[in-house]
Order: sequence, then C-alpha cells, then structure tokens
Amino acid sequence: MIEVINLRKSFNGQEILHGVNLKVNDGQSLALIGGSGRGKSVLLKHIIGLLKPDSGKILIDNEDISKLRGRKLKRLKERFGMVFQGGALFDSLTVFENIAFPLREKTRMRASQIRKTVSEELAEVGLSGAENKYPAEISGGMKKRVALARCLVMSPEIILFDEPTTGLDPLIGKAIHTMIRSCQKSYKFTSIMVTHEIPDIFSMVDRVAMLYNGVIHAEGTPEEIQTSKDPVIHQFIHGELEGPISIN
Amino acid sequence: MIQILTLLRIIGAFVIFVIRETGRMGIFLAEAIFWIPFPPYLFGRVVRQINFIGVKTTLVILLTGTFTGMVLALQIYFTLSKFGAESRLGPIVALSLIKELGPVICALMVTGRAGSALAAEIGIMRITEQIDALDTMALNPYKYLIIPNLIAGVISLPLLNFIFVFVGVWGGYSVGVGIMGLSSGTYFGNIRDFVTGADILEGLYKSLSFGMLITWISCYKGYFTGYGAEGVSKSTTQAVVLSSVTILIWNYFLTSILVA
Repeated sequence: MIEVINLRKSFNGQEILHGVNLKVNDGQSLALIGGSGRGKSVLLKHIIGLLKPDSGKILIDNEDISKLRGRKLKRLKERFGMVFQGGALFDSLTVFENIAFPLREKTRMRASQIRKTVSEELAEVGLSGAENKYPAEISGGMKKRVALARCLVMSPEIILFDEPTTGLDPLIGKAIHTMIRSCQKSYKFTSIMVTHEIPDIFSMVDRVAMLYNGVIHAEGTPEEIQTSKDPVIHQFIHGELEGPISIN
Repeated sequence: MIQILTLLRIIGAFVIFVIRETGRMGIFLAEAIFWIPFPPYLFGRVVRQINFIGVKTTLVILLTGTFTGMVLALQIYFTLSKFGAESRLGPIVALSLIKELGPVICALMVTGRAGSALAAEIGIMRITEQIDALDTMALNPYKYLIIPNLIAGVISLPLLNFIFVFVGVWGGYSVGVGIMGLSSGTYFGNIRDFVTGADILEGLYKSLSFGMLITWISCYKGYFTGYGAEGVSKSTTQAVVLSSVTILIWNYFLTSILVA
C-alpha cells in the first residue's frame, strides 16, 4: 500500500505541495488529475524516491521511502517501475537494448532468455519488428510503448505513469490506455497515473484524485468525481474557463 | 553608501556561490569515489570511455604534440644560439614538454574535445530524464555515468601525455637536426644526461590529476545541468571554461609542491 502523509515540498522558496495526503491500496489504479505545473509529477517523483520531501512521509507498505538509504532503498525501488512523460529511453541504445537493459543489469538471465523475454514484451506492446531501431527513429507513441515494455519486463509491483499519452493523437492515446489497462489486469500491479485525458481516464481506473492548490482536493471513484458538485472539480473536468480555478 | 552596500552584497553573494559550488563539487567527487569499490564493476564502460576520451583524442594530440615540439625547438634554438649553447636544445625541448607543455596542452585538448562532449551527453541525459530512469531501475547513476569517466580520464591522460611528449621530442628533432643542422647524437645524448626520473614523475602526476579534474568538472556540470537546451549549452561552456582555468591554476600549485 502507498500512503502519502502531509507531504510538503518547496522549490526556490515557492511551496508546490502544501501537505498532500493520499492512499493507494495494493492492486488499485489511481488517476492523478490537476492543472499543469501544479506538482503532480513532483508528487510522483517523491513516491518513487527521486525527490526528498521537506516534511511529511511517503510510506510503501509502512516503510518511509524518504528515510531509507543504501540497500533498503534499492530493494524498495526494485518493486517500482516508472514510465516517464517523454519515455526517458536511453538514446544511445536500440529498442531491444533499452528493454534488455534492466534484465542485463539486474538479473542473471542468459542472453537467449533475455532475447525471448524482450521479444515477448515487444509483442505485448505491439512493437514486434522494431528491435533494431533507435529511439530517434521511432514515433512518440512507439517510444511510450517501448518505455512501458522496459518497465513491464521487470514485473514491478507498482508502476507510476507520468502523462503516458501526452502529445499523442487520440487513437494512439486510447490504444496506450487500453494497453496499460490490459497489462494491469494481467500483471496485477498497483498504478498511479498522472494524466489529462479526461473523460477517457474515468473508464480506465479504480479511483481518481485531484491535486489543487498543493493538496489533494478530492478523491473518489470515477463516478463520484464525475458527478461531484464541487465547483473546482466541475470546472476542471468540464474544461470551463469560468470558475474558482484561475488560469495563469 | 547604497552603492557600496550593493557592491558588498554582490561580492558576498559571489563568495557564497563559489563556496557552495565548491562544496557541492567536493561532495559529488567524494560520493563517486565512495562507490568505486562496490559492485557492479563496469569494465566494459571504462574501456568504452577510454576509447572516447583517449583513443579518439590521439590524432589531435599527435598534431599538437608534433607542432609544439617543432615551434619550441625553433624558438629555443635561436635563443640558445645567442649564447653559443645550441647543444642544450634537446634537453630543453624534452624538459619543457615532459614537465609543463605535455601535461597542460594535453589536458586542454582533452577538455575541448572530450570534456565538453561529456558535459553535453550527461546534461542531455539529465534533461530527458534518462538519469532518473536509471535511478528508478534501482541502478546507481554514479556507477554507470560518472565512475567510468573518472577512471577513463585518469588512465587516458598519462597515455596521451606520453604520446604528446614522444612526438614533440621528434618534432623538435626534425627542426633542430633536420633544419638547423644539429647532430643527432648531441640532441638525444643531452636529453639522456639532463632528464631524470623525477622529471618524468612530475609530468605523470600532473597528467593523472588533470585527468581527474577534467572528468570530475565535466561530469558534475552535466549531472547538475539547468533546464532545456540552454541549460545544457551553459553547462558545456562552464565545463570547458572551469576545467581549463582549473588546470592552469592547479598546474601552478602542483608545480610549487613538486619543485619544493
């Protein structure tokens, strides 16, 4: 279980997170929505231990990731996977080498076994035949799918998605969402997805949380969020210009 | 009065910046060195970086070494001829190259060719979240990106320095013996008499420390780059400028220590 307790974080004197509280149960999928540049990715990076909080706790099965060091932190991070906004593929490696990278570095698998596993993962994300291409030679949608395959290859228990469909056309975006959903069903991982894909996301996840003014403003099932009378939620999910959310 | 206070504030802010930056760089290097003894031992990456920093700089070193030796011989020959001491051409060229010019020019060449590229490469990896990706795979970025470069720098610089001195001495030979008519025996015989093991060690110590300095500064600037293309561009420039200046300053202090 992931539990964020009163998380605060400032950058250059400006507080981005003002005391975030969030809970995600095992096997659950949560969509994190909210305005651009309001700290959703910052929250995600705290959960995986890339950033340290100014105060507050991030508990992963009751272990505070921000307090862990050395082997304990490494062991905890091994339970995670993350799909970054731009894919974060190693640009000097081919698609095959990118997916094989964690297997080569973190397991004792034989080369033949790695080849087989990578081929299976590529087939899973619909990219068979793209093994020898470099990230610069493939489209944005393909990059995100390679990033997903690189993440899935280690079978993590928790996967964090940072806007996995941003910048893609609606069809590819929907295809990736469907792929993530089907992977979650087969791999049964816990997931937190930062996304702006509204209303598509409501049919994809178990719960939705909205980050507003540096705190979790509302959390609930997709139905609860969609039918909420809260003016902030209403304005945001309907994309209205008039309302309590200022656009600047 | 206000102008004086403003000036003091600017100077104070600069001093604090320098101290903080030096501290961060020190911690960065200490952390990298701390991780060296721990597995995984990425020998393949070290070899690849020796190829990048060392082997790919060889042509530049061959050219600059040869012409440095040649121009040195030309200048020194005419100076020595005023005192009738042309026979000392060989040892002066050799000592200048071994103790000073070899390590310093090699280091500046490596900074320009490899240091800038290192800062840019690591900087781009930072802004495209590739370093974060390594971290989220529970892999230590220092082991993959920093340590192989530090080791490769320390190995490559002395080897490049050896090549530089070797071709520089032969460049001096081509001018002194081939053009000025000095005898071959005089040129090389005097080198044997005047160049000692301590001189060679001085050059070695310098090139070892320069190898560490260049890769340390370049990796640091890339690792903590700013935002976007502008951030990487600034980091690359800073890596080259700071490495070059530090090499020249450190060269003076190291020479003072070694001479003493």
